[in-house]
Amino acid sequence: MSLGHVLLGLLVPGERHGYELKRHYDARFPAARPLASAQVYATLARLARDGFVQQQEPERVGGPDRTAYALTAEGRAELQRWLEEVEPPSPFVANPLAVKVTVAVLIAGGDAARDYLHRQRAAHLERMRVYTRTKTAPGAALTEVLAADYALEHLNADLHWIDTALARVAALTEEITP
Amino acid sequence: MNHQITARGVVKSYGNSPALRGVDFAAARGEVVAITGPSGSGKSTLLHCLAGIVRPDAGSVHLDGQRIDDTSEAHRSRLRRSRFGVLFQFGHLVPELTAAENVAMPLLLAGVRRREAVTAARNWLERFDVADLAGKRPGEVSGGQAQRVAAARALVTEPEVLFADEPTGALDTLASEQVMTQLTRVARSAATTVLLVTHDARTAAYADREVVVRDGTVQGPPPLAGTPGPGAPAALRSTP
Ligand SMILES: Nc1ncnc2c1ncn2[C@@H]1O[C@H](COP(=O)(O)OP(=O)(O)OP(=O)(O)O)[C@@H](O)[C@H]1O
Ligand SMILES: [Mg+2]
Repeated sequence: MSLGHVLLGLLVPGERHGYELKRHYDARFPAARPLASAQVYATLARLARDGFVQQQEPERVGGPDRTAYALTAEGRAELQRWLEEVEPPSPFVANPLAVKVTVAVLIAGGDAARDYLHRQRAAHLERMRVYTRTKTAPGAALTEVLAADYALEHLNADLHWIDTALARVAALTEEITP
Repeated sequence: MNHQITARGVVKSYGNSPALRGVDFAAARGEVVAITGPSGSGKSTLLHCLAGIVRPDAGSVHLDGQRIDDTSEAHRSRLRRSRFGVLFQFGHLVPELTAAENVAMPLLLAGVRRREAVTAARNWLERFDVADLAGKRPGEVSGGQAQRVAAARALVTEPEVLFADEPTGALDTLASEQVMTQLTRVARSAATTVLLVTHDARTAAYADREVVVRDGTVQGPPPLAGTPGPGAPAALRSTP
């Protein structure tokens, strides 16, 4: 997913200033890292260069802050093309947890790995409680609920892995310790 | 801390195989506690010991400071009807009765008059968003709907403690969410203690805390996230 496509999407309802785009992004995607303004302006400049957005006349003389951007026909077509593509499932699943388990076994044995996994499980579940509270709070916005659902399912997948890993620590210790 | 329900050194075996090997447990009034752990680790057995359904071989269970595990079956059964609520994976609704009649049943058994019992039942169905199913029989509603009816029935007597064993075990994500959201909302507003056995972390995340049962024992509370426990080897303590 590229930030460019997300900004194009946020311009569909009408032209917006860079700072408005940042505000909408942060509100629409509360679980994402907040955008840096510099990142927004750099991306808008690239989109303008490619003809996907058009810079509007500044309302008054001033900094780039005052400049609004509008989606062009090319921009709309690009957005359509992007929506028709599915996201490729990531070929590399980074798993820092697995690395830690292996290192724990090597450095201090199976009990250290189990101890780590128990603590990691508690930390994951604590985070899941936070997301659950967010999404069940009365009046939670659906964008927040969807973001929480996604985070919960991923944390839950990690927890399944942690439980399986706990059951495999003994065998792993046998295999990798000399 | 003032605990409402406590277990000390609870041991329970089935034949020669130990299901619980000396479990300590405590919950405060109004707490929602998830009891998790691998299959066969002893979660249900622990819940049954706490609810007075199963008698431990050794150890004790106290409710508000009163020992309950060594009392007669009649006494424990009265306790279950008056102060406890139970909810299982498959709600075990009576198939011949309508949803409203199922929910009213515990009140009728407790001697509440029919009209009042039915009114209360409808209120509880309302709180679980299934008031429109009052006249339906269990066979005519979905699993998720039946489970919400069962939850209403478990809470209609306004129990002090609700014992729930895999209440979302047979439901999909959205149906589980509905049951758990309503259940915890209702329990929290009435300060009902909920002891919730589940193997699903998404369900456990509705609780205030988690107690993990492994191999018939309960682990102590884990140290705070991010701070390696005292048992962690020095080499791991400074992991960046
Ligand atoms: N009524 C019974 N008779 C004989 N053995 C039993 C009985 N109930 C439980 N057990 C045994 O006691 C142990 C603990 O069972 P328990 O039902 O408490 O586990 P659990 O954690 O609830 O598992 P699950 O997640 O599969 O429901 C298991 O080894 C089980 O086989
Ligand atoms: Mg069980």
